[in-house]
Amino acid sequence: MRERITQMIVKEFLKTLRDRRRWMLLFGAPILQLFLFGYVVTTDVNNISTALYDLDKSQESRELARRLEASGYFVVRYAAQSPGEIRDLIDRGEVLCAIQINRDFAKDLKRRIPTEIQVIVDGTDSNTAMVALSYATKVIAKYASEQGANTVGAVLFPLDFRTRVWYNPDLKSRNYNVSGVIASIIMITCIMLTSMAIVREREVGTMEQLMVTPIRPVELMLGKTIPFAIIGLLDMFIVTLAGVLWFGITIKGSLLLVLMGTSVYLLSILGIGLFTSTILKTQQQSLLATMFFNMPAMLLSGFMFPIENMPVIFQYITYLDPLRYFLVIIRGIFLKGNGFDILWPQMAALFVLGTVIITISSFRFRKRLG
Amino acid sequence: MKFLRIKAIAKKELIQIWRDPLSLAIALLMPVMQLFIYGYAITFDVNNITTIVYDQDRSSLSRELVAQFRESGYFTLVADVDNYKDIDAYLDSNKARVAITIPYDFSKKVLTGRNAHVEVIIDGSDSNTATIAEGYIAAISLRYPQRVTTKTITPVMDPRTRVWFNPELKSRNFIIPGLIAVIMSVVVALLTSLTVAREWERGTMEQLISTPVKTSELIIGKLTPYFAIGFMDMILAVLVGVTLFGVPLRGNIVLLVALSSVFLFGTVSFGVLISIIAKGSQSVASQIAILSTMLPAFLLSGFMFAISNMRKPLQVITYIFPARYFVTILKGIFLKGSTLTLLWSNGLMLAIASALVFFLAIKNFHKRMY
Repeated sequence: MRERITQMIVKEFLKTLRDRRRWMLLFGAPILQLFLFGYVVTTDVNNISTALYDLDKSQESRELARRLEASGYFVVRYAAQSPGEIRDLIDRGEVLCAIQINRDFAKDLKRRIPTEIQVIVDGTDSNTAMVALSYATKVIAKYASEQGANTVGAVLFPLDFRTRVWYNPDLKSRNYNVSGVIASIIMITCIMLTSMAIVREREVGTMEQLMVTPIRPVELMLGKTIPFAIIGLLDMFIVTLAGVLWFGITIKGSLLLVLMGTSVYLLSILGIGLFTSTILKTQQQSLLATMFFNMPAMLLSGFMFPIENMPVIFQYITYLDPLRYFLVIIRGIFLKGNGFDILWPQMAALFVLGTVIITISSFRFRKRLG
Repeated sequence: MKFLRIKAIAKKELIQIWRDPLSLAIALLMPVMQLFIYGYAITFDVNNITTIVYDQDRSSLSRELVAQFRESGYFTLVADVDNYKDIDAYLDSNKARVAITIPYDFSKKVLTGRNAHVEVIIDGSDSNTATIAEGYIAAISLRYPQRVTTKTITPVMDPRTRVWFNPELKSRNFIIPGLIAVIMSVVVALLTSLTVAREWERGTMEQLISTPVKTSELIIGKLTPYFAIGFMDMILAVLVGVTLFGVPLRGNIVLLVALSSVFLFGTVSFGVLISIIAKGSQSVASQIAILSTMLPAFLLSGFMFAISNMRKPLQVITYIFPARYFVTILKGIFLKGSTLTLLWSNGLMLAIASALVFFLAIKNFHKRMY
C-alpha cells in the first residue's frame, strides 16, 4: 500500500512541477499576493488632511492645533477663514477633516465655562472617518484633562484614563493583517489546486486509466491529496518567511505550534477541496465552486471585519469556516505568543471539521469510483 | 467576417453553457451572494467591543462609570473580574478586547476633586478596532463628570463631531458600486479564460480550427455568450443593490450601461488572452485569471481600500488595471450622479484598454492556430 501511494505521489509531483509556469503559480503567486495584500490592506490612517478654522487665535487654541498636528495623525493643510470655505474644501476632497475652534475658547477655558470644538469629517470612507473622529476626540480629551488638572480647585475635570495597549503597542495594522493574509492565501491556493487536480483526471479521462491499475480508492485519494498538503506547508513556510523578512512581522509564540496549527488547518482545507471534487464534473465547475466558497469564507472569517460586529446569524455561519479558527491560531501565536493551553479549542475545531469532511468525501469518492 | 459563422459558434457555446447549469447558476448567484455579504454581514462599524471590568472601588460612582460604558452602545460587558490574572486570561484568549480597572480610591478622589485614574488595557492586535475603541473611551472620559454631579455642567471641552456625505457611516454605499466591477472581472474573466483553455485541453480546438471559421469570428462567437452573462450579472447586481440595499443610483443609466459594456468587452477579451498564455491548461488559466483580474479588481481598484492611502509606487501601478477606471466610474455614477463630462477621461482610458486587449487577443490567437 505504501509503495502504491508513493508512486502516486511521485506521479502527481512530476505532473505538477513539470510545467515551469506552475512553479511560478505555486510559489510565486502566494508571494505576490502577500505583497499586494500586505501593502494594500492597511487600515492605518495617518496624515489626515485637515482644515483648521481658528476663530479664537489665542495661545490656547494654537496649542490645541499644535497638539493635533503633533499627534502625527493630522496635517493641517489649510487655515480656513469661513464656514463656507470649510464646506468647499471638504466638497472638493481637499481635506478629510475640519476643526473649528470658536471665539472665546481661551476665555471660556479660564472661566471654566464649557466650550465647544467643532469636528467635521468626510464620511465617504466610513472607516477612515471613524478613525479620524476617534483621534480627534482623543487629542481633545487629553488636552482637556491637562487643562483641568492645571486649574487649582477645579471640581470638574475629565477622567484620566490611563490607556495601555497590549500585544501591538504601536497599533500598526501590518502585524494583524499580514498574518491574516498568510492564512487566506493558503486557503485560496490549496482548495482550488486539490479540487481541480482531481476533477481534471475525470474531465480529461485519465481517471479511468488510474482505476484499471491495482490502486485502491483510499490510496488514490491519499496520493492525490498528500502532494498538495506538502505544497501547502511549503507555501506556508515561504509566505511566512517573506512576511518575517520583508514586513518585519514577529512571531512571539512557538514555531512548532504554528506547524501543528497549519497541519490541522490543511486537513480541513484539503478536505473541502476533496469534497468539492466528488460533486463536480469539470474544472470550470470546480473553479467556480471554490470561488463561491472562498469569497464568503474570507469575508466572514474575521480577516478584515471583526466577527462580533456581524449579525448573529452570520456569526453562527462563521463556525463552519476553517479560516476563522486558523486566524485565531496564527494571530494568537504571532502577536500574543499564545500556547496550546489557549489555542486548543481552535485546533480541536479544525481537527473535527477536517475529519468530518474527509470522512464524508472519502465515502463519496469511493462511491463515485465504484 | 461572416455573421452566420459567428452565430454558429455563439450558439454552440450557448448550448455548452446551458448543459452545465451548475456553472451558470454559480455565475449568476455570485453577485447576489456577494451583495448579501457586503450588504448585511460586514461593516466597518465598531460596536460590541467585548469588555471586562475590574471594579476595586465598588461604589455608586464606579458603577455609574461602568454604566456609562454599557450605555454608550459600543461596549459589551462580558464579565466582572476581581484580580489582574483574570484580565490576562481574558485578553490572551480573545474573550475580551478591553479591560477597565477602577482603583480602590476612585470615588474618594472624584469626590474630593482630585485626579482619579482609571486604568484601561486594550488588545491592540486588531489595530483598527483598538484605535476606534480609544476614541470612544476618550469621549466617555469627557462626559463622565457631567453625569456624577447634580450641577448642570457640561464638560470643559466638548468635541461636537459631525459627519458629512454619509452621516450614518454606512460602508454599504461606499462598497456596493465598486463591487459590481469586482464581480464582473471575477466571473467573466474566469469563465472566458476557461472556455478557450478547455477547448485546447480537450482537443476540440483542432476540430474548430479545421472548420472554415476565421480567428476573429471564432473569438467574437465565443465571447458573445460570456459578455451576455457578465451583463446579466451587472443588471442583477444593480437591481439588488438599489432595491434591496437602497444604494442610491443618482446618475444616468444609459451611461452606466454604455461604460459597463466597454469594460465587459475588455474583460472577455482579456479572458481569451489569458487562455492563450495558459496554453490550454485550465488550472493555469484560472490561476492567472485570479492573479491578474480578481486581485487587482479587489485590491488595486479603490473598491474598498482607498488608492490615496497606498504608497506612491503602488498608486502608479493601479493605473495599469482597467478596474481602477471602472470603479471610479461606477462610484461617480452611483453616488455623485456624475455625467460624461466628468467621467470622460476614465471612460477613454477604459476604451483604450479594452481595444488594446481585444487586438492583442486576436493577434496572438491567430499565431497559435498555425
